[in-house]
Amino acid sequence: MSDDRTQDCRLPEGGLIDRSRRIRFRFNGAWMDGHPGDTLASALLANGVHLVGRSMKYHRPRGIMAAGAEDPGGLVQRGLHDEPARTDPDWRATQTALVDGLEAYTVGAWPSLDRDAGAVLGLASRVMGAGFYYKIMHGSRWMWEHVHEPLIRKAAGFGVCPDQPDPDVYDHRHVHCEVLVVGGGPAGLAAAGAAARSGARVILAEQDERLGGSLLGRRRAIDGQGGVDWAAAMEARLRASPDVRLLPRTTVFGYHDNNYLVALERVTDHLGLGPAPPGRPRQRLWHIRAKRVVLATGAHERPLVFGDNDRPGIMLAGAAQTYLHRWAVLPGRDVVLFTTNDRAYEAALDLHAAGARIHAIVDSREAPGAALPAAARAAGIRVMTGYVVGGTSGVRHVTGASVMKLGADGRASPHALDTLPCDLLLVSGGLSPVVHLFSQSGGKLRYDDGRAAFVPDRSVQALANAGACNGTFDLAGCLAEGAAAGAEATRLAGSDPGAPRTAFSVDEPAAAAIKPLWRVRPALVQDHAWGQPFVDFQNDTTAHDIRQAVREGFESVEHVKRYTLTGFGTDQGKTANINAIGIQAEALGRPIPEVGTTTFRPPYTPVTFAAMAGRDRGERLDPARLTAIHDRHVALGAAFEDVGQWKRPWYYPRPGETMHQAVARECRAAREAVGVLDASTLGKIDIQGPDAAEFLNRVYTNAWSKLEVGRVRYGVMCREDGMVFDDGTTARIDDTRYLMTTTTGNAAAVLDHLEEYLQTEWPDLRVRLTSVTEQWATVSIAGPKAGSLMARLASGQDLSPAAFAFMSWRPATVAGLNARVFRISFTGELQYEINVPWHQGGALWDAVMRAGTGLGVTPYGTETMHVLRAEKGFIIVGQETDGTQTPIDLGMDWIVSKKKPDFIGKRSFTRSDTARADRRHLVGLLPKDKRQVFPEGSQIVETGATRGTKPVPMLGYVSSAYWSPALDSGFALALVAGGRGRFGDTVAVALPSGEQPAVICDPVMLDKEGARRDGHAA
Amino acid sequence: MLLIECPWCGPREEPEFHYGGQAHVARPADPAALSDAEWAEYVFMRDNTKGPFAERWCHSAGCRRWFNVLRDTVSHRVLAVYRMGEAPPEGPR
Repeated sequence: MSDDRTQDCRLPEGGLIDRSRRIRFRFNGAWMDGHPGDTLASALLANGVHLVGRSMKYHRPRGIMAAGAEDPGGLVQRGLHDEPARTDPDWRATQTALVDGLEAYTVGAWPSLDRDAGAVLGLASRVMGAGFYYKIMHGSRWMWEHVHEPLIRKAAGFGVCPDQPDPDVYDHRHVHCEVLVVGGGPAGLAAAGAAARSGARVILAEQDERLGGSLLGRRRAIDGQGGVDWAAAMEARLRASPDVRLLPRTTVFGYHDNNYLVALERVTDHLGLGPAPPGRPRQRLWHIRAKRVVLATGAHERPLVFGDNDRPGIMLAGAAQTYLHRWAVLPGRDVVLFTTNDRAYEAALDLHAAGARIHAIVDSREAPGAALPAAARAAGIRVMTGYVVGGTSGVRHVTGASVMKLGADGRASPHALDTLPCDLLLVSGGLSPVVHLFSQSGGKLRYDDGRAAFVPDRSVQALANAGACNGTFDLAGCLAEGAAAGAEATRLAGSDPGAPRTAFSVDEPAAAAIKPLWRVRPALVQDHAWGQPFVDFQNDTTAHDIRQAVREGFESVEHVKRYTLTGFGTDQGKTANINAIGIQAEALGRPIPEVGTTTFRPPYTPVTFAAMAGRDRGERLDPARLTAIHDRHVALGAAFEDVGQWKRPWYYPRPGETMHQAVARECRAAREAVGVLDASTLGKIDIQGPDAAEFLNRVYTNAWSKLEVGRVRYGVMCREDGMVFDDGTTARIDDTRYLMTTTTGNAAAVLDHLEEYLQTEWPDLRVRLTSVTEQWATVSIAGPKAGSLMARLASGQDLSPAAFAFMSWRPATVAGLNARVFRISFTGELQYEINVPWHQGGALWDAVMRAGTGLGVTPYGTETMHVLRAEKGFIIVGQETDGTQTPIDLGMDWIVSKKKPDFIGKRSFTRSDTARADRRHLVGLLPKDKRQVFPEGSQIVETGATRGTKPVPMLGYVSSAYWSPALDSGFALALVAGGRGRFGDTVAVALPSGEQPAVICDPVMLDKEGARRDGHAA
Repeated sequence: MLLIECPWCGPREEPEFHYGGQAHVARPADPAALSDAEWAEYVFMRDNTKGPFAERWCHSAGCRRWFNVLRDTVSHRVLAVYRMGEAPPEGPR
């Protein structure tokens, strides 16, 4: 490739480009020129570059086939070296605005585009047909891991993923409107024009940077005004209309329930890859709720399927016309057109007028329409009816087209072979309405024989289709349908649009009906002789693959898609799907409507993950909830763990300490002196009302009627299936008021659960609930010296165990603060939980730490809390439970009332499955080798079972395991089948290193008699 | 994404709500009187309706009130919204 391309293929005048300015850009390292207004694709074609990529499977040379979103092959990587953090794989060259210094590389070619090593795969194409990897790449796991998978990963995939964080800002925006018009072509502009100035809020979204759609690529006049000028005038009118929001460069890519649509606006992408201008995001994701939607998404031209129909220089007829008119690019000088319809003739005529030599128009129909073929003949162009192109020649660029006669049997005969030289082969298989969004919305399609296309049929949402996406391909029809749809949408949304225009004066040649040709069928028995007839250019699916899939028994269009990969990839088969359906229908011998289409799914075109994430990344991904004491923990050097959204101190390492050492030290302090825990994160629910006690009776398994004011009770909550849902203590504050605590992670779920029963089952109960989790900061002190510490903090008040009973609470003045002190214990030690108003949490913590000087006061984190409670056999919901344990399974039958007639879950305890004797019970587990701390989740089996018959029967699993300084041993809590009847038995914990023996025991392993609870260290 | 009309707060986006399953499944007055099969029917079994379906929603990120929604499970269209304790509205479905 020479280093100085000169835009040889640019016409001296015309086009919607700014010729006063030159843009320098690099493609695969070579510098070239273009102009503002160019896309990368138009600029490459202006420089005569047709070879832009290699196909995914066979690495065949590929060029630019289309001029818009449907192009399957022109994928490039932007800014691979210039902007490694911003580099984008898979940019469609056809939708990439040209900017100064743009650096673009072909994706998927190695070592270079011109000499691609993978092209040898093309020679093996006969053994790489549909589903070849299912057939070849199986059997050996080693082969898969070391040969097949690396090979596939090397050969497939598009582009290079940036390996640095994206430095740009991406926004989300939520809007409501009365009328959303999708598409800014003639139908969309007419629709928006009809809806504007009615008082309705109108949004017009167009994926292109320029409004006008097909008008930009055709010679048309509307009401005597040039099409381009008409679009510009409409745009000016819309811009001046209040309540109209124009969104160019915005692709509506998803249509969801209740008229919720999602769109990607490329806000600054077109300015180049460097940092966006200050205050502007690179892309913006729009979440749009529209009362009414008008879809005016246009149509895609279909390619034709024949031998070697994929060479660079083979282009859709309408695309060539667009490159000519919009960008003043002549994509070839020696042209052959292969068509099945009249409409494409215009492309040949326009190229002819621009100076290209049209060697022939090859029309598969015996009887084309009148006007356009006559015009072609009048221009001196050879029109061959009843002929097809059966094959092509050329390596990196098409050099010739083999023209063949279609026989009466519909097969192309090679005897009349006539090779026409060409550097541009135009193809047109007709138009496919862009029904993607309509179909996503839940709308049903119908196959229209006359148009040879799937068109919208029945819609289920508040929408209308207008223009080519509705199968209306003529310009006058597009305009009238758009205007009518815009007016009707406005009226249905509650505003008065006035009478819409129904007639537009348009000059457009008449086009006769299309006769579809799904593939060129060779007369020879040997299908392969004429080269590969590609259907899906991005996935290298050929007509042979689809026919083979049918031969192998696939009938469903969804199965054929998956087996042959048709319609996958970044283009989602925009040019491929309908041809594939036609070929499949033919192979199955069924009509097309019986085959149907595959499901259209969002996104319409690829969306970056960064845009989807928006600002919700890094520290903004999820809110972090911090307690009022958080800064004290940070100052103490705590390591934190996430519990739900809370940041809780995990342990407080001293300099040089490992986690194991820190936790052992904290455990000893709580058992031998006094430990301090920030317990503010426990869920707290204020329960008020005359029926509060009755409510508690119904939601907890134990009895609450007799709990006196000032007393506290532990409770377990089940769901109706009898399984433990949450646990915690509840205190009676006064006659009609209770304070319930929940586990940290379950606080919101418990409140929801309680509200649900109050509002839906028992609305007669006079009870109100509110969360007060963040109203009370809680500092918990525990240990044999907790009493002394409490005495120092609450001087003049007797809070000693003798005067202040276990499981009670009282108001107190603690360190000068108004507090509620609870005497409860999750450690087995003498423990006080001191609650103060949230904002005083820090002051309380400081006072506790000061007062504890000399008592060995030691802050401890959640890890130590877990060890201390496990030594006492206390469960943690979510650790010892997973929604399949009853209170009885957990050895807590003492908390299940036998007297209450009913509570949530009671009936389920006597269900046959819940009452089984061999259910898994909560037990303790002591390793024979004291140094062992089993990994949580380890499976428990009978001794020797892992050497016996497989599958090995499982007895249960380890739910918690820690090192206990108090026991001087590793220990565990576990759920073991029939475990309560097996205390003293030795079982095996199955580890990758082998079985480890352990003894089943009572889950309470420390201080069974409970002397420590009142401060009497054993 | 649904747009749900909370009877107290007006139309709001679906993420503000919690789904609560089939509506009008009353908790049995005397569970102890039920056989295992009858109790299992209440606890575990729900209709899987194609078409209009009465279900419960809670505006959990808003007013925290539970209410009923009549929703077409095919089109996801919300056909009616009504309060707890009220009967589903009659009329063309």
